[in-house]
Amino acid sequence: MVKVTSEMREKAQTVSLVTIYLDGREVRVPEGVTLLEACRMEGIHVPTLCHFEGLSPWGGCRMCVVEVEGQPNLVASCVTQVRGGMRIWTSSKKVREARKTNLELLLSNHPLDCQLCDRNGSCELQSLAYQFGIREIRFQGERKVYEVDQSSPSIKRDPNRCILCGRCVRTCREIQTVCAIDFANRGFETVISPSLGLPLGESVCVNCGQCILACPTGALSEVSHVEMVWDAINDPQKFVILQTAPAVRVSIGEPFGLPPGTVTTGKMVAAFRRLGFDRVFDTNFAADLTIIEEGHEFIARLQQGGKLPLITSCSPGWIKFMEHFYPELMENVSTCKSPQQMFGAVAKTYYAQKLGIDPKDMVVVSIMPCTAKKFECQRDEMRASGFQDVDFSLTTREAARMLQEKGIDLKEMPEEDFDDPLGISTGAAAVFGATGGVMEAALRSVYEILTGKTLEKVDFYSVRGMDGVKEATVEINGMEIHVAVAHGLGNARKVLDEVKAGRSKYHFIEIMACPGGCIGGGGQPIPTNLEIRMKRIEAIYQVDRSLPLRKSHENPAIKRLYEEFLGEPNGERAHHLLHTHYVPRERM
Amino acid sequence: MSLVYQDVEAVIAKYREEKTPLLCILEEVQEKWGYLPRDVLGYIAQRLEIPSSTVYGVATFYAFLETKPVGKYVIRVCRSAPCHVRGAMNVLETLKKELGIREGETTRDGKFTLEVTSCLGVCGVAPAMMINDVTYGNLTEDRIREVLAFYRD
Repeated sequence: MVKVTSEMREKAQTVSLVTIYLDGREVRVPEGVTLLEACRMEGIHVPTLCHFEGLSPWGGCRMCVVEVEGQPNLVASCVTQVRGGMRIWTSSKKVREARKTNLELLLSNHPLDCQLCDRNGSCELQSLAYQFGIREIRFQGERKVYEVDQSSPSIKRDPNRCILCGRCVRTCREIQTVCAIDFANRGFETVISPSLGLPLGESVCVNCGQCILACPTGALSEVSHVEMVWDAINDPQKFVILQTAPAVRVSIGEPFGLPPGTVTTGKMVAAFRRLGFDRVFDTNFAADLTIIEEGHEFIARLQQGGKLPLITSCSPGWIKFMEHFYPELMENVSTCKSPQQMFGAVAKTYYAQKLGIDPKDMVVVSIMPCTAKKFECQRDEMRASGFQDVDFSLTTREAARMLQEKGIDLKEMPEEDFDDPLGISTGAAAVFGATGGVMEAALRSVYEILTGKTLEKVDFYSVRGMDGVKEATVEINGMEIHVAVAHGLGNARKVLDEVKAGRSKYHFIEIMACPGGCIGGGGQPIPTNLEIRMKRIEAIYQVDRSLPLRKSHENPAIKRLYEEFLGEPNGERAHHLLHTHYVPRERM
Repeated sequence: MSLVYQDVEAVIAKYREEKTPLLCILEEVQEKWGYLPRDVLGYIAQRLEIPSSTVYGVATFYAFLETKPVGKYVIRVCRSAPCHVRGAMNVLETLKKELGIREGETTRDGKFTLEVTSCLGVCGVAPAMMINDVTYGNLTEDRIREVLAFYRD
């Protein structure tokens, strides 16, 4: 659904207005907007399926048709611009009949088994069928039957549920510039296909899951780890520990009816404790650890003339993207594992030893705003403990559904604290969830480590927010450190091409695969749009401000981890457990 | 570089000046190889610096481009409206019966592939079909048998 964005309002302020007649009402709307936008500004949310915020208009589904007086045919409002004097009817008999017919035609080639669908309750086709009061389908015809593509460790593709709106294709192409999928074949045989007709798991798909957020139906969803996690919880032999990512605490309230941007840390901990996890820990602990390792890596490269710019490595979608499209920048990418994987490696070594538990009996589960984390935890490199360091990775959506299955309402939960010691973290870790956060957290620590002085102003506002590419310059010991932050892989490309061409002045670059960073990840509750992303980001900084410690190197549990177990940052043991390497992959 | 890619390279070079060379290249490569193997599509995509998903989309969109091996003679039955009302379905049925294959399949001897296509532009002689580059119109069961006999020999 298109929201009236600040951009649209800006347009409204700077552009002259034209008069149109909307359902007989005289209204003034900005020149140059589409009929769809004009209607929405006036509070009429014309139904759409192929239209999606942030993507180029398509005009394919014909759900948004309206009647324009003087024009013989109905027009698709998403691709028609307003002109002064236009008389538009949005719910005339002709319009209603056309929309209803279109819906019926879509439904006539759709499996009508909503109860068995991942998107039951959040499906746009289902909602429209309800709103239009569809009770029967007049068209009975041939139905296409496709095999469900389960080849990817992250994303399941069910072309039988696809309505060919192309939102996934445009997301993959326009936002992420990955172009893993496109329309193939023609006419009734048209299908969304990974490149060259290969299974998704063999394609250049980076597993970011933005296509899932864009999909109006259940054609795209995550590969579920829910059953495996239940089995682990119900197995008395297994010691099951949970880690929750920074971005989950600001979004998991949404499936329970809380407004986007509600911080639910304490309730979330209480809920998952009741779900049956033996320990509820925090990925934020590992985020602090990441900053120590990555901060020292950066300092070492800076002082010893190592490869610069250093590029962050927390986002597994970005990592696979780099392996496919920018293998020449592999040495620029930090060797640090992501917080999810650092957590797993520490849990199955340090914590298992501390508890006297055989790591083979330990199951590490993560709740992530991410679908690529499922791929990441299964990578060959992620077995530093001698076992798969993170066994299962749930998306925020899957985790919420597990609570709902058990009958836990997050809203009713008391506030509880994470367990010790892998549940202790700082504000620097909290901001990992938003674009710019890793950079900000790193700067807070790098500055203090290098200067030995206390950083008074810990807030780096210039790296925050939804601008695609952000930059900042920080003076440390008289040296100017140039940093950049990009989120969404299309934005990342802009920065990376500069680096590749040798035109980049940056020392340190943060890249997140998803728009907005992890709070906008492909595993987050649906809908995830610009407005919701911004509210979740606000909540992330609220978490940061509320914590007594806001710099990773001040985390007492991290200090203890180095003293008791790891030794030095970037030392031998740290390297073995907390660092990784990458593999070049084919571009096709 | 394998021999195949050298040939593909030559075709690409030929259309270097074109702004949108993809279709020309696909057509000509297919002429040489009979169809467009997956690896060749990937190679073309890489050389033209366009996503392979786009190349695959184009190659599968056009009825005259093949992404799977085809027989010596490709029979394309027009299924557009004018041919349809003049009995295109009968044409298709007759061909299926005569060749012993279904739509999209190739005879075991590798001689014939049967396909349907959009309008061939010869609605005046509907129903129509094409065998490789030659168009046949005003098709009846007898006429179809006659034509097939010609290609069989």
